[in-house]
Amino acid sequence: MYPAEFDYVAPTTLDEVLAVLAERGDEAKVLAGGQSLIPMMKLRFAFPEALVDVNRVPGLDSLEESDGHLRVGALVRHNDVVTSEVVRRANHTMAAAAPWIADPIVRNLGTVGGSVAHADPLGDWASVMLACGADVVARSTTGERVIPMADFISGPFTTALEPTELLTELRVPKYAGGGGGAYLKMERKVGDYATVGVATHLDLDGGGTVTAAGVALTSVAPHNIKAVEAEQALVGQTPSDALFAEAADLAAGAAEPRDDVRGTAEYKREIVRVFTRRGLAKALELAHAS
Amino acid sequence: MQVTVTVNGVERNGDVEPRMLLVHFLRTTLDLTGTHVGCDTSNCGACTVLLDGKPVKSCTMFAVQANRRSITTVEGLKQDGQLDPIQQGFKEMHGLQCGFCTPAMMLVSKALLDRDSDPEEDDIRWALSGNLCRCTGYVNIVKAVQWAANEMQRATP
Amino acid sequence: MTTTEGNAPSATTPEIGGVGHSVRRKEDDRFVQGGGQYLEDITLPGMLHLALLRSPLPHARVVKIDASAAEQLPGVVAVVTGEALAAHDLAWMPTLSGDTQAVLATDKVRFQGQEVAGVVAESPYIAWDALELIDVEYDPLPPVVDPKRALEADAPLIRDDKEGQTDNSCYQWEAGDKAATDQAFAEADTVVSLDTHYPRSHPAPLETCGCVADLNPVTGQATIYMTSQAPHAIRTLFAMVAGLPEENIRVVSPDIGGGFGNKVPIYPGYVVATAASLLIGRPVKWIESRSENLISTGFARDYHMHADLALRRDGTMLGLRVNMVSDNGAFYADAQPSKFRAGLFHVVTGSYDYPAAHVVTQGAYTNKAPGGVAYRCSFRITEASYLIERLVQNAAYELGIDPAVLRMKNFIRPEQFPYHTPTGFVYDSGDYGAALQKALDHVAYAGIAQEKEEARKEGKLVGVGIASFTEAVGAGPSKDYDIAGLKMFDSAELRVHPTGKAILKLGTKSQGQGHETTYAQIVANELGIPASDIAVREGDTDDTPYGLGTYASRSTPTSGAAAVVIARKLREKARTIAAHLLEASEEDLDWEPGRFVVKGAPDRGVTIQDVALAAYTNFPDGTEPGLEGVHYYDPPNLTYPFGSYVVVVEVDEETGVWSVRRMIAVDDCGVRINPMIVEGQICGGLAEGFAMSAMQYITFDEDGNCIGSNFMDYLIPTAWETPRFELDETVTPSPHHPIGAKGVGESATVGSPAAYVNAVIDALAPFGIRNIDMPVTPARVWEAMREAKAGT
Repeated sequence: MYPAEFDYVAPTTLDEVLAVLAERGDEAKVLAGGQSLIPMMKLRFAFPEALVDVNRVPGLDSLEESDGHLRVGALVRHNDVVTSEVVRRANHTMAAAAPWIADPIVRNLGTVGGSVAHADPLGDWASVMLACGADVVARSTTGERVIPMADFISGPFTTALEPTELLTELRVPKYAGGGGGAYLKMERKVGDYATVGVATHLDLDGGGTVTAAGVALTSVAPHNIKAVEAEQALVGQTPSDALFAEAADLAAGAAEPRDDVRGTAEYKREIVRVFTRRGLAKALELAHAS
Repeated sequence: MQVTVTVNGVERNGDVEPRMLLVHFLRTTLDLTGTHVGCDTSNCGACTVLLDGKPVKSCTMFAVQANRRSITTVEGLKQDGQLDPIQQGFKEMHGLQCGFCTPAMMLVSKALLDRDSDPEEDDIRWALSGNLCRCTGYVNIVKAVQWAANEMQRATP
Repeated sequence: MTTTEGNAPSATTPEIGGVGHSVRRKEDDRFVQGGGQYLEDITLPGMLHLALLRSPLPHARVVKIDASAAEQLPGVVAVVTGEALAAHDLAWMPTLSGDTQAVLATDKVRFQGQEVAGVVAESPYIAWDALELIDVEYDPLPPVVDPKRALEADAPLIRDDKEGQTDNSCYQWEAGDKAATDQAFAEADTVVSLDTHYPRSHPAPLETCGCVADLNPVTGQATIYMTSQAPHAIRTLFAMVAGLPEENIRVVSPDIGGGFGNKVPIYPGYVVATAASLLIGRPVKWIESRSENLISTGFARDYHMHADLALRRDGTMLGLRVNMVSDNGAFYADAQPSKFRAGLFHVVTGSYDYPAAHVVTQGAYTNKAPGGVAYRCSFRITEASYLIERLVQNAAYELGIDPAVLRMKNFIRPEQFPYHTPTGFVYDSGDYGAALQKALDHVAYAGIAQEKEEARKEGKLVGVGIASFTEAVGAGPSKDYDIAGLKMFDSAELRVHPTGKAILKLGTKSQGQGHETTYAQIVANELGIPASDIAVREGDTDDTPYGLGTYASRSTPTSGAAAVVIARKLREKARTIAAHLLEASEEDLDWEPGRFVVKGAPDRGVTIQDVALAAYTNFPDGTEPGLEGVHYYDPPNLTYPFGSYVVVVEVDEETGVWSVRRMIAVDDCGVRINPMIVEGQICGGLAEGFAMSAMQYITFDEDGNCIGSNFMDYLIPTAWETPRFELDETVTPSPHHPIGAKGVGESATVGSPAAYVNAVIDALAPFGIRNIDMPVTPARVWEAMREAKAGT
């Protein structure tokens, strides 16, 4: 209930943040929304020596389209995505996922970037970013790196970010043609983590063929994963119920769920199947509508 | 560390450890005990206050993060000796029993009505889905918010 | 409807606000302004903070405790261990069920989360820092997690601290008549059985438990602020346990943020805080975290039940057999009447008329938190009601009779009251058929089959579930009811001031039930003093008459009755004074609420306020001055609220997810003092019933780790998941209660879980599924369907 002691700095420029991380990165944690970090500190599962509060750095909260991407700054709050007209037009998977993150109060402070950097295997945003083929942009005193989302997460709470780096934005590619997506989340109640979450993403060309497909899964593997075989089965094909059923089977096969209080492995696998099918159908519906 | 926070319109100062949670700063340093602690995993919402008008869980923030920002607690709802419509609504519609979740429920409701003056029942329940109540079954909390919405519309010319 | 002459309350105006008015609550003013004074809000000069170290293991010997590093931490004033308490004979304390419980572990720890040591420090932050510095060496022992396993001969012995205890048996108790029941079963055409586990749950009031213990070293006065639903009983027990003179102990229960039975027992934290305050000479505050509350304090339920119902082919019920094993955790700490080791579980015969029942119960110790009686269980009536209502539905399926028809056929009929049940209850009044019919009409029951058909076409499964419960509240008559020897009467003390206002003090203690309003309404009804002019006090043992507190829906039946009786006594004295003022004889006066008037001369009268003043300024010779009195009410019987709930659900066949389409609740709690408050209580209970049926439970893995010890794992539904409710009522007054009221606080929690579960089972009936234990999660629904489909 009471966190351990720590040093606290609240820089007002990005350079200052990076300088602190360069010096103390190994023992410091970045504080953005804090809605995952602070609860861990209160239970003393996390006890960093220093917190670097980045909330006062201007320019990290932009949510805008540029260069064919949707740019999601590190300090974009979950609720900013919920209310964003830009997102509503530009990415249906994100728009579908945002209202289901945590609860309405947490969504006022928690950040998309923070969630991705935290890499909780029960977290939703990483699956969304995997399905949409996003890139992570990381900055340090030595420069900037762009890391494809597919290469970003390597294990539970384990990412490619160095302790000296700050995730400054996510870049989500825009639909090339007619696009759609969905995020279906089985949760026991608002605020619970996903029992199963499935992110879907479809990009269609003028003839209705799938040019890009994303299917990513939450809570059914050691970390968020892409259902690669399911995606490959969709690309270059014309959507149909049979195609989506096949992709759903492949997605269920890609899952590695475990028995726990939320359900048995078989149950979760079946939900992957059902949600993939339903999520692809929804993505198609939105792609046609756009 | 020194912190300066505007609480219910008044600038308040304190000298706190960085690790002091905002809820403890409010309750212990500032003696504003209307904000309550109900859990230790940021799930119950009893500690909700408004940070620059938006609901946040004050148990999941450090007081130092609130430096130079503005907080509204339940003690700040009453203005010029008059109860806020949301407070009146909770009284009128029996929206509370033990009262422990009530400050948080009222603040979240007020933030909802500030951005949506005529919410549907589903909108109200959705907005309150980060706040737990054990006594009421939520039924009269919804009615209290609806009462306040009607009252505010009636009062607005 | 049955009414006893003389107990139907007379009508008052809304200005007076007597019984029947939905008076807005007086206590709300301070709560909506953040001015409630809850335990954690209390600060005393020089106050220190206590934090408790708890065992991570469910069963282990305590080899060594090294607190030296903790004691050195700046800001730490003392570290208390079991050894230190043992020197003052405080390492163990009695429980409310006649067992003993460890305050701080000495020999062993017996459940995960058990209290092992206490740190007293200048701030809670420092206290929790110090907890990490205490080094405890444990020698793990095999944990016992299954109560049936616990009762096996070769199970590890948990309570080796108890002399003569050779097994894990906690109690054995039975009720009813075995021979008569055997006879009934011999004559039956059909026997329908059910095996079900009512899982462990926890009241989890939003405010956790705590106390501020202030033992003044100069005056010897002990003031203990405590989140307690029963402050007087606690004071007496503290006197006996701690050896403090009872006249020097004052227990004060401030505003309580929900109780639901969780705040009845005495917890180790209270004792350690008190001992610490005594030893250190400064006030000590202890307030537990949510995790501590869930892992160690009074849980609820955890009954493993088997029942057989004997019936004739035509659906006539003949007899009931029940075998139950209860999981009581490491210490038998149930807060329930001492004569009934399984609480009022033997009310399990329910709302039905049949002559024979036999109930055999067995309690087991396990390596889990102690308790079981809590969470609006009405002393285990939640378990009983769930069992019979689930069993009746299964019987209906077995016999091919509609579940509503089967219930109607077997209900106790209105003319059979007072009704003697086969296990010893005397139900006071009821009209079960009327309540069920009302609920069926609301849901348009005849059309449900059609609704199911239409849903099937859309790939949805629809089900309807009924629960017709009978509650037993208001413990209780001194003949049968005591807790730790203290008889379960309750009290009301009333004083009318010279200016005509009044103050009413009671031995109960509200935790949100609205007593400051409802008790005032009771007196307003008898004396015609406006409820808004009547102050109500509870909770301070120096300031209120003795009583057993508020739980098990007992306040209205006991202190409510006491308030009526004392108000009527004062009204009789008021009549004497009024006669004196009007220079008339007492028989020549009529009473209308608030006024005595001379018969036939309506303009010759005096108000109750006139009389009040006269009680101090102008009273007749020979009359004792003042207008005040106290009454201790020993109820002649329990009261028996009842109702019928009907739930319609739809189930997604692909995912097992279910949702409530409609929830209709018809309640009968006799006369309703404040209809608005009654409905509030019912809604709260219906939500809790939904919670338990859908998601809320505590479980343990095979290593004895508690799963459900924080709000991430112990799932309380939000406003989004919680269904909407439709309420209605019937009114069947209690013939023995002075105003015919029965109590209602727990009815909905008692009755509703079976209704929700029956509805889901009904939706799955096409698959032949007869049982899914709570919580009926989507995963469990899906598994049941899969198993059923595989079996065909």
